[in-house]
Amino acid sequence: MPARRSELRAQRVRAARLFLLPMMAALILVAAWPLLRTIYFSFTDTTLSDLSGGRWVGFDNYLSVRTLSSGRVVYRGTLVDPAWWNAVWNTFRFAIVSVAIETVLGLMVALVLNAEFRGRALARAAILIPWAIPTIVSAKMWAWLFNDQFGMVNDILLKLGLISQKIAWTASPDTAMLAVLVVDVWKTTPFMALLCLAGLQMIPRDIYEASRIDGVHPVQVFFRITLPLVKPALMVAVIFRLLDALRIFDLIYVLTPNSSATKTMSVVSRENLIDFDKFAYGSAQSTLLFLIIALSVILYIWLGRVDLGGQKQ
Amino acid sequence: MNAIKTTAFYLIVAIIVVVSVFPFYYAIITSFKSGTALFEVDYWPTSFSLRNYADMFRQGDFGGNILNSVFVATLTVALALLLGMTAAYALARVPFRGRTPLLLTILAVSMFPQIAVLAGLFELIRFVGIFNTPWALILSYTIFTLPFTVWVLTTFMRDLPVEIEEAAIVDGASPWVVITRVFLPLMWPALVTTGLLAFIGAWNEFLFALTFTSSDTTRTVPVAIALLSGATQYETPWGIITAASVIVTLPLVGLVLIFQRKIVAGLTAGGVKG
Repeated sequence: MPARRSELRAQRVRAARLFLLPMMAALILVAAWPLLRTIYFSFTDTTLSDLSGGRWVGFDNYLSVRTLSSGRVVYRGTLVDPAWWNAVWNTFRFAIVSVAIETVLGLMVALVLNAEFRGRALARAAILIPWAIPTIVSAKMWAWLFNDQFGMVNDILLKLGLISQKIAWTASPDTAMLAVLVVDVWKTTPFMALLCLAGLQMIPRDIYEASRIDGVHPVQVFFRITLPLVKPALMVAVIFRLLDALRIFDLIYVLTPNSSATKTMSVVSRENLIDFDKFAYGSAQSTLLFLIIALSVILYIWLGRVDLGGQKQ
Repeated sequence: MNAIKTTAFYLIVAIIVVVSVFPFYYAIITSFKSGTALFEVDYWPTSFSLRNYADMFRQGDFGGNILNSVFVATLTVALALLLGMTAAYALARVPFRGRTPLLLTILAVSMFPQIAVLAGLFELIRFVGIFNTPWALILSYTIFTLPFTVWVLTTFMRDLPVEIEEAAIVDGASPWVVITRVFLPLMWPALVTTGLLAFIGAWNEFLFALTFTSSDTTRTVPVAIALLSGATQYETPWGIITAASVIVTLPLVGLVLIFQRKIVAGLTAGGVKG
């Protein structure tokens, strides 16, 4: 009997390996290999027109130090490129602010939707709409709303007396990032709200009943009971959103093209890769973005483990 | 006191609903305006003209763009479900060494920034000769549809009862039969959910579609809308843009509203339980 069972097991493990093969092949083909190629390109001088003719140049795309015959020392490379660091700053600025706002607003919307009231289904359906709209369409819709001549935003603000003249929301460097944040918050808060709502709905109702009977103030209930219980779900949502925000491309490219106030690392990388034909340079920047994201994930996991270790109940 | 609280609550609900829906509503009423009416700000519908919708199909090859998007998204979903289903069976039902690290690696792939693989994919696509064809997109979209699909399907399959599978094995069913005859019917809800989410993801994708296609006839809808321009370079055809936006969004909104529960379940399965 045992021999038959272990033979069956071996057969199943063999079948499992076979079944995993197509998916593994696909992922290696589409993810692992291209990533390695991009990293390779960053160490060469490949151009768009001659993808196979690149020569090894080492770290030159990242940082190169050259002493000219005049004695002047010249630093080149993306690590000393102000446009790159501007993009890094834009990206982090965008990511942190947008995720913070979306988490707070999302939690608030989730709390509202967690309550029982008439029209709850309608409200839940309504908030799905911003999420369902394709990013490009959202960008165009809001570009229309933000239009400086005919846009509704300027119209309302003027009528309410909050501004004295029309603002070029997407063109002006002062307001471009604000415009991007508004659209992203509008588009992504529903997603955060849904994740928070799922977390909230896993909290057993009895806890609320008990606290109500004990006469605990609602604000206390939120901070002492609700928040700690929803925190795990919240933390997962936050890290996913943060990683998404760090690699953002579509919204910036369509809403505020060519705006140095909003260009993120992805936008700048693609610009160099495709538009400026600085293929190897763009590859270096793409690699840096990948490293930043990888580091962020490792940091998050490490912090999470430390937290868990210290909080032994 | 209670009346004030209730009113305040419903006011907040109203604000949430209006803010969510208004931009799309505004796009719809704008799409029905034509000529100089476009340049007036109205909060209620003032005209009803279908001219923008007619003009829209004369721009480039918009009808073809829609078909391209449908084609690419459908095949992407089929591929993701096929590969995901088989992989999920191995990951969920058969214990083997290295299973957890493998699952984590797959999850890690979904965190790749698309730009990081753009250069490599560009070379690969050129090499295989599928540049400027829908196949380039179908291939590259698997980088984000596959990890998610595998993850959700694995989670779902893990919860299926062992007895059914054991009964089938005792009856002499091969693993392939177990998947197609026994698990497939049970997995229906999960397949619909991941299929929908993969479809939406593929439909909306922009970066790869922008980079790997170069002519009007092969473009997908998001790129077509982003590149819509008027007769002169200074004129932005807002009427046509809003009309295109509405056409492209209505089916999506419809799908999402109909399959609300499933979509929410799929999103939270990845985020909360995972």
